[in-house]
Amino acid sequence: MTRRPKPPLFLARAPYRRRRLRDAARLLPVLGLFLLLLPLLWTPDARMALTSGDVIYFFAVWLGLILLAAAFAPGLRGGEGAEDDED
Amino acid sequence: MPFNLLVLSCLLYVVFLFTVAFLVERRAARGRLGWLRSPLVYTLSLSIYCTAWTFYGAVGYAARSGLEFLTIYFGPTLVFIGWWWLLRKLVRIGRQHNVTSIADLISSRYGKSNSLGVIVTVIMVVAATPYIALQLQSVVLAFGVFAATEPGGSRPLDPGQIAVWVAVGLALFTILFGTRNLDAREQHHGIVTAIAVEAVVKLLALLAVGSFVVRGIAGGVADVIARIDAADLAAWQVQPGRWTGLIFLSAAAVICLPRMFQVMVVENEDEGHLARASWAFPLYLMAMSLFIVPIAVVGLDRLPEGANPDMFVLTLPLAEGQGALAMFAFLGGFSSATSMVIVESIALATMISNHVMIPLWLRLRPKAAAGDDLRQVVLMARRLAIAAVLALGYGYYQVSGGSAALAAIGLIAFLGVAQVLPAMIGGIFWRGATRTGASLGLVTGLVVWAYTSFLPSFGPGAALSAEVFAQGPFGLSWLRPQALFGTEAMDPMIHALFWSLTLNIMAFCLGSLFTFPGPVERLQGAAFVNVFEGAVGPQRWARGQVEPEALLTMAQRILGEDAALALFQEAARAQGKDSFLPDPTPGFLDSLESRLSGSVGAATAHAMISQLVGRATVTVEDLMAVASESAQLLEYSARLEAREAELTRTAGALREANEKLTQLSLQKDAFLSQISHELRTPMTSIRAFSEILTEGDLPPEQVVRYGKIIHDEAKRLTRLLDDLLDLSVLENGSVQLTVGLASLQGMIDTALTAARATRPEREFTVIRDLPSEAIYLKTDADRLTQVFINLISNARKYCDAARPELRIVVRQRAGRVTVDFIDNGKGIPKDAQRLIFEKFARLTDANRAGGAGLGLAICREIMTNLGGSVAYLPGQGGAAFRVTVPLRLETLAA
Repeated sequence: MTRRPKPPLFLARAPYRRRRLRDAARLLPVLGLFLLLLPLLWTPDARMALTSGDVIYFFAVWLGLILLAAAFAPGLRGGEGAEDDED
Repeated sequence: MPFNLLVLSCLLYVVFLFTVAFLVERRAARGRLGWLRSPLVYTLSLSIYCTAWTFYGAVGYAARSGLEFLTIYFGPTLVFIGWWWLLRKLVRIGRQHNVTSIADLISSRYGKSNSLGVIVTVIMVVAATPYIALQLQSVVLAFGVFAATEPGGSRPLDPGQIAVWVAVGLALFTILFGTRNLDAREQHHGIVTAIAVEAVVKLLALLAVGSFVVRGIAGGVADVIARIDAADLAAWQVQPGRWTGLIFLSAAAVICLPRMFQVMVVENEDEGHLARASWAFPLYLMAMSLFIVPIAVVGLDRLPEGANPDMFVLTLPLAEGQGALAMFAFLGGFSSATSMVIVESIALATMISNHVMIPLWLRLRPKAAAGDDLRQVVLMARRLAIAAVLALGYGYYQVSGGSAALAAIGLIAFLGVAQVLPAMIGGIFWRGATRTGASLGLVTGLVVWAYTSFLPSFGPGAALSAEVFAQGPFGLSWLRPQALFGTEAMDPMIHALFWSLTLNIMAFCLGSLFTFPGPVERLQGAAFVNVFEGAVGPQRWARGQVEPEALLTMAQRILGEDAALALFQEAARAQGKDSFLPDPTPGFLDSLESRLSGSVGAATAHAMISQLVGRATVTVEDLMAVASESAQLLEYSARLEAREAELTRTAGALREANEKLTQLSLQKDAFLSQISHELRTPMTSIRAFSEILTEGDLPPEQVVRYGKIIHDEAKRLTRLLDDLLDLSVLENGSVQLTVGLASLQGMIDTALTAARATRPEREFTVIRDLPSEAIYLKTDADRLTQVFINLISNARKYCDAARPELRIVVRQRAGRVTVDFIDNGKGIPKDAQRLIFEKFARLTDANRAGGAGLGLAICREIMTNLGGSVAYLPGQGGAAFRVTVPLRLETLAA
C-alpha cells in the first residue's frame, strides 16, 4: 500500500489543455441534449408541426456533434495512459 | 422476382457469413487477428443496435409519428459522444473484472451475489423475448412481401414455417460459433466479424434504397424537401414529453441492452477503440437514418392507401420494378435481424448458463461432479440456453400472432432493459449502493414495467382483463395500469417509463440507504467505483488450508487441462517454485478467481473457490484493518513530519544555547579575571595600608585616613560577597520573603532616593506619573525596591545622554502590574540583550561603575521569586526594562 502523492495544484500547459479537453468531452452531450431539445420551444403550442427545415436542423446538429466528438477523440485517447492525472 | 431465388440468395448469404466467421475463428486460433481487431470492426459490431426494427420499423415509425423515430438514435449518440462520462468506466471495469455479461456486472458489483444475477437475467430474458420475436416477424413479413408479388400467387406460404426455419438456422449458427470454446474473456471473434460484415450490408442496402428513392423516384434532394413540406403535416407532430422521454430511454437502452453490453464491453479488445467509436458509431447511426424520412414520404405518396409502412423499404423498390434492389434491401433487413438475434442469444445464454444453470447444477451435484470436465457442462448449458432463448422468441411470435407494430414492441423491450440502469449507474458511481437496494430497485422496476407496459401490450382482455384496464385491480382506480396514481393524461409509454424508473430508483436509493453492505460487497463497490485509481482493498482470500491440487483439479474442469496447468505453472514460477503447484496464497487465489470468472461469471467462480477454501473469505475486520493500516501510515508520516519539525526546532534551540554558552564562557572568563581584579584591588590596598599601620609612628590623622580606606575597601569586599551569597540563595529558592501590603509609589520613592548615591554628580530628570503609581501591592516590598534601585542605578550609571532622563511608566493589567524604566541613552546592543540577565555578565562598557555584574542577575532571580519577571524592552529609544509583578503574590509556593 503506497501513499498517493498529493496531486499538484497547478499544471503545466499541456496537461492543463488535456484536462480542459476532457471537460469539453464531458460537456459535449449536455450541449447536444440542449440543441436536440431546443426545437420543442420553437412553437408556442405544446404540440408542434415539423417541416423540412426541422429535418435539416436535426441532421445538421447531429453532424456537428459527431464532428466535435471526432475532434476531441484523439486527444482524449492520448491521455489514456496518464491515469494518475485523473481530474 | 422468383421466390425460390430469394430463398437461394438468402441461403448463400448465410453460407457466406458462416465462411467469414469460420475463417476468422481459424485466424484467431492462430493468434493472427491483425486488422480484425481494429476500431473499425469494433464500431461496426456496435451497429447491432440497429436491428430489423431500425431497418424496416424506422420508416414505419416515421410514416406514423414523423421525426420521433430520430429519438431512438439521439439517445445513443449522446451516450457515445459523452463516452468520457460512462462508457469509458464501464469498459474499464469490464476488462479489469473479466465481466461476461450485464448480469455478471451487477452481480459482481454487489458482492458477487448470484441472486442479483438471476434477477437481471430474468429481466433481460423477459424484455428480449418480444424483441427476438420481432426480428423473426420482420423476416417473415419480408418473405411475405415477396411471396405476394409472386406471379402465380398460388404458393401457400406458412409464416410459422418460415419463422421456425429462421429460428433453427440462427440457433445453429449461434451455437456453432458462439459456443465453440469457453474463452477466458468470453470473446467471439468470428461472430463479431460476421456482425461487422452484416453491418456493412445493412447500411449499404438502406443507402441504396434511399438513394434510389431520392434520385430515381423523387427528382433529387430539392424535390424530396418539397415533398416533406407537402406531406400531411398533421401526422408530423411531436409531443415534447415523448420526445424527451424517448431520448432518455434510448440512451438508457444502448447501455443496458444485453447485446450492446456484449459487443461494447465484453468483446472490447482495446479501450482506445472506444475513443474512435465515440464519433464513428453516431456517424453510422446518422447514415442509417439519413434516408428514412424520404423513403417514408415517398412511400406514403406512391404506395396505395393501407400499405404497411413498416415494409416500405421492400415494397417501394418492388413497386418500381427494381427486383435486384429489393433483394438487396431484403438481405439488409435479414442481416439486421440475424445479427441482433445471434448476439442477443449469446449474451442471454451466457447469463442463463452462468447465473441459473451452472449454480443449479453445482448445487444439485456438489460432490459427484468433482471429476467431470465442467467446460462441457458449461458449453452444453450455453447451447441449451441459446436454443431456449430462440424457442421463447418463436413462442412469443406464435402467441402474439405478429400483429403489433414493430416500434411499439421495440420500445417496450427498451423500457424493460432500462430497469437495470439505476443499479448499474448507482453501482459504478456510488459506493453506498447495496445489494438489497439493487434487488429492491430491480424487482420494483420489473414489476411496474410488467404491469404498466409489458402486460398491457397484449391488449385489453389478453394478459390483463379489460376490467382492470378500466377500473384498476379490485376496483382500485388509482392502480389502473395506464394511469397509476391518477396520471391519466400521460402518454402510456411515457407513463410506464416515468413510473417504472421513478419507483425503481426510489426503491434502490431507499434500500441502499437503510441497509449495510457485506464485506465482499464493500470491497467490490470500492473496486468498481474507484476503478481508475488502481487496485483497492485487501486480498479477497485469507491464506486457506486448501490443497493446491484440489484447486488445480477445479481449474482444469473449467479452463481445460493445458490452460489450467499453464496458469498454475506460471504462478508457481512467480512464487519461485519449480513445480506445477503454487502455494495457495491470497494473491494467487485472487488471480485464479478472476480468471475463472471470465468463463463462468464472478458469482459462480467465487462460490466454487469458497467451496474449496472455505467460507471465511474477507471480513469486516479485514476491511477495517486495511482502513486502519492506511490511516496508520498516514498518521505515522504525519508524526514523522511533526517530529522532524520538532527536531529542527530543537536543533535551532540547541544552536542558540550553544552560542549563548560560548558567549557566557567568554563572559565568565572575563568575569573571573574581573572578579579576581575586584577582589584583588581592595585586598591590595587593605594589605598595603594595614602594613603601613602595623609599622606604627604615624600621625593620628594618617591613621584615621588609612583606617577609613581599609574600612571602605573591606565594605566593598563584603558587598561583593553579599551579592554573590544573595544570588546563590535566590537561585536555590530558599529565600525568605516577607510579604505585606506596600505602596508602589512609596517603593519607587525609596528606590529613587537610594539610587541617588550612584554617580551623585549627574543631574537626572525623572519623569513619573504619580496617579498611576497609586497601587498597593501584596508583595515583598524590600526585595522589589532592591530591583527598582538596581534598575535606576543602572540607568544612572550607564545612560550616556547629555541630559539624562528616566521615565517610569506604571500600568496595571489583568492582576499584574508592569513598571517600565526607560532612559534616553543609546540602549543596549541587540546581541547583548540576551546576555545582560546572565550571571557574571557585564557589558564591556567604558564608564562602568565598579559593580560586579551581578545586579541584573539578582534582579531576575528576585522577580522569579516574586512571581513576576524583569525583561529588556527593545525599541523604546533607550535602555528600557520592564518589571512585571503580580498584584497579589500567592505565598503558597514560597
